[in-house]
Amino acid sequence: MAGHETHEYDVLVVGAGGAGLRAAIEASTAGVRVGLVCKSLLGKAHTVMAEGGMAAALANVDERDGWKVHFADTMRGGQYLNQWRMAEIHAQEAPARVNELEAWGALFDRTPEGRILQRNFGGHAYPRLAHVGDRTGLEMIRTLQDHGIHQGMAVHMEITITTLLKDGERIAGAFGYDRERGRFRVFKAPAVILATGGLGKAYKITSNSWECTGDGMSLAYHAGAQLKDMEFVQFHPTGMVWPPSVRGILVTEGVRGEGGVLTNSEDKRFMFDNIPELYKDLVADDAEEGWRYVIGDRDARRPPELLTRDHVARMILAEVKAGRGSPHGGAFLDISWIKDRVKGGAEHIKRKLPSMYHQFKQLADLDITETPMEVGPTTHYAMGGVRVDSDSQASSVPGLFAAGECATGLHGANRLGGNSLSDLVVFGKLAGQYAAEYAKSAGPAKVADSEMEAAEAEALAPFGREESGEGPFQLQQALQDMMQEDVGIIRTEAELDKAAEALADLRSRAAKVKVHGNREWNSGWHTALDLEPLLTVSEAVAAAARERKESRGAHTRNDYQEKDSEWGKANLIVEKAGDGSMRVRREEIDPVPERLAKIIEEQG
Amino acid sequence: MPKTTFKIWRGDSKGGEFRAYETEYSEGMVVLDVVHKIQAEQANDLAVRWNCKAGKCGSCSAEVNGQPKLMCMTRMNTLPLDRSVTVEPMQAFPVEKDLVADVSVNYEIKKRIKPFKPRPPDHDDGTWTMHQADVERSQEFRKCIECFLCQDVCHVDRDHHYHLEGKFIGPRFFVHAAYLDMHPADAEDRLADLKERDGVGYCNITKCCTVVCPEHITITDNAIIPLKERVADRYYDPLAKVLKVIGLGGKK
Ligand SMILES: Cc1cc2nc3c(=O)[nH]c(=O)nc-3n(C[C@H](O)[C@H](O)[C@H](O)COP(=O)(O)OP(=O)(O)OC[C@H]3O[C@@H](n4cnc5c(N)ncnc54)[C@H](O)[C@@H]3O)c2cc1C
Ligand code: SF4
Ligand code: SF4
Ligand code: FES
Repeated sequence: MAGHETHEYDVLVVGAGGAGLRAAIEASTAGVRVGLVCKSLLGKAHTVMAEGGMAAALANVDERDGWKVHFADTMRGGQYLNQWRMAEIHAQEAPARVNELEAWGALFDRTPEGRILQRNFGGHAYPRLAHVGDRTGLEMIRTLQDHGIHQGMAVHMEITITTLLKDGERIAGAFGYDRERGRFRVFKAPAVILATGGLGKAYKITSNSWECTGDGMSLAYHAGAQLKDMEFVQFHPTGMVWPPSVRGILVTEGVRGEGGVLTNSEDKRFMFDNIPELYKDLVADDAEEGWRYVIGDRDARRPPELLTRDHVARMILAEVKAGRGSPHGGAFLDISWIKDRVKGGAEHIKRKLPSMYHQFKQLADLDITETPMEVGPTTHYAMGGVRVDSDSQASSVPGLFAAGECATGLHGANRLGGNSLSDLVVFGKLAGQYAAEYAKSAGPAKVADSEMEAAEAEALAPFGREESGEGPFQLQQALQDMMQEDVGIIRTEAELDKAAEALADLRSRAAKVKVHGNREWNSGWHTALDLEPLLTVSEAVAAAARERKESRGAHTRNDYQEKDSEWGKANLIVEKAGDGSMRVRREEIDPVPERLAKIIEEQG
Repeated sequence: MPKTTFKIWRGDSKGGEFRAYETEYSEGMVVLDVVHKIQAEQANDLAVRWNCKAGKCGSCSAEVNGQPKLMCMTRMNTLPLDRSVTVEPMQAFPVEKDLVADVSVNYEIKKRIKPFKPRPPDHDDGTWTMHQADVERSQEFRKCIECFLCQDVCHVDRDHHYHLEGKFIGPRFFVHAAYLDMHPADAEDRLADLKERDGVGYCNITKCCTVVCPEHITITDNAIIPLKERVADRYYDPLAKVLKVIGLGGKK
């Protein structure tokens, strides 16, 4: 046995993005001992990259906004597969969570009256996103980080959790290794909150960082919890496409919120060509009306570029397929044209979108105030994840909670931009609160030595293998290529069958990957251990995608192109069957109660 | 594809050396891409930090040809490619392994600085009226991605290690203190700390930190000099001293 260091907490939070930090703050304030672990340094989690803003019906810019409108927008965006109770809580509590960030030192951009400014974003009826230029995630994570470190929590940076530990049915803690020395760590805790973010790294083209390997979903699944809505992976319509090494890096929707338009190689604004039924009455008739909306004319309707992401991504793909794409296989996104329409011209663009300006200037030698960008879809966000109770964020395993991107329920079939950052703090807080309550009443849990030994053996296995000729990085790449090809934006049964076979093959190859060197900061070893969660979540996405025989939200099937009203009433649950195999099960959605149904109807 | 040679520092706290790796690169690649390529193909156990690959997280700091840089924002075509490229960890911090520096001291320094303490809210919902013009000064400092390149380049850290000895918080944390100090709703007083403990006096305004900041924060002019002035006004201006003794020295 290799030996390990042990830490004991009441609540262990896995993940230090917006959700994990907010959960850890709440649990600390509740007076329990809190440990926070993360794979990177504090403040580097994926949340730091969020750009456009955080949705909350503060009604600072348009007083017609309110939680009911936000609720209805979120449900429509999610094509009614959302957990309605989560959408309700989210819309009601997001404003308080934004204000709370201000009270902890955040400095959002301001309205002329000196209140928090809000901007337009796809799928939101009114300007709703509190923001700081295009670096909102940085502001959020820094605020939570700087506030959090004074609340009494213990922070363990650069530690990867590989297994959850159980005491019978209930959670007893987590096991992992530190990156620096490769030492094993055991965290004993009756309550564990997963806040590990998304799974974008299962795909080749993604806006996500190396951390997003679906760990929390995989950990929960193997611990016996349910996953839900895994077929819904959001492909953001605008990622960079050129140069090749930056392919996938996000171009914020804020560009379109500020007036950016999409055109094809024939200089045509193709988004006007096809407006989905659900949004027919909500879209501008022409470019002029769209621009009036952008600059705040309340009688104008939104430009078609601000339709939901699933739709915009498919429209761009269709242009490329039809041979009307940009030189490197995307579409053009032009913000430079607004120069003549606004005070300050190019300076206005730089001030509104500073990091986009720098990103293109430095990585692509392109000045966005002069030249249109080339953009194309990139894997961005997992709507699916650990199934949780809407109020408490508890999973089906006692003591296991989840919040943020690794949990599911708020977004249904498609997430609206800006609804993630607010999701993190609204549900991070609730997870922290309920986990602390649970830990207080549940009492300590025991961890059997045999469980820890098994976890150690599993983590060390790659060192002991024979050379198979395929390294961890090659295998990860093979998986990403396959997922991009066969479980991508547009899916068919034949491809999904192929994917299932490929995944089985990849799994057996992964079991043979050998790692060289020692345990100290060994990226090869880390990557080898990341293969398990990547494979698990990829299997779940592919299996659920095969099952859902319709096209809805982010899930598009070429062999079932229409929405099917029967499928509109069901979620797909993925869980581990008694024999250890993955099972996909259809479950009817809890109907929307009268009071909320009325709101949806009123909001049209 | 053209070829390049990267000399990457390999080793740990006990010592190490530059090792040469020859590899191909393509148009548009940044230094971090090349390092990753080498890691995937030739040196699986090469240690390097990164997250966003877009200059937003401040993880991939290192010294490229001796210059403190974000590897993910350093394009190959900005380097002289007729010779090899050297990549080593930040020198002002102890090394963990290869390109990974032990930056933990920065997290300890941050914790010592008195946190944001707001004055009572202006509105019932717990918020404040703050105008764009008034938040803009602090917003500049909030662009900081905590890459610690400024800490790396500052001679007070690099040559004298005052940051490791607890005598000097370094440019990153003057930026942080300035954000707090110029925050329109903050009511805390950090001037005594800045003078006594944080060592603002050790900075002799060489501006090297400003030059390397990838976020283009005007660290010296906009953060450090105003802080120095406030300290001077309070402690070295005789009138301010008298006012303070009789309890009239307001913060802002
Ligand atoms: C470029 C970009 C821009 C975006 N812009 C917006 C926006 O404008 N508005 C919006 O609402 N949303 C936006 N999003 C989405 C949003 O940023 C993310 O969904 C959100 O930040 C996820 O937060 P999180 O707290 O759930 O997880 P993350 O921030 O991803 O954090 C996950 C944490 O878990 C840790 N972790 C993971 N696995 C393990 C493990 N095994 N052991 C220990 N720790 C682990 C990681 O180290 C990390 O600390 C954007 C996303 C991207 C990529
Ligand atoms: S200006 Fe001051 S803080 Fe900046 S590098 Fe020079 S001495 Fe250091
Ligand atoms: S001030 Fe600039 S150089 Fe210093 S840590 Fe922040 S971003 Fe990096
Ligand atoms: S990887 Fe984030 S700044 Fe370089």
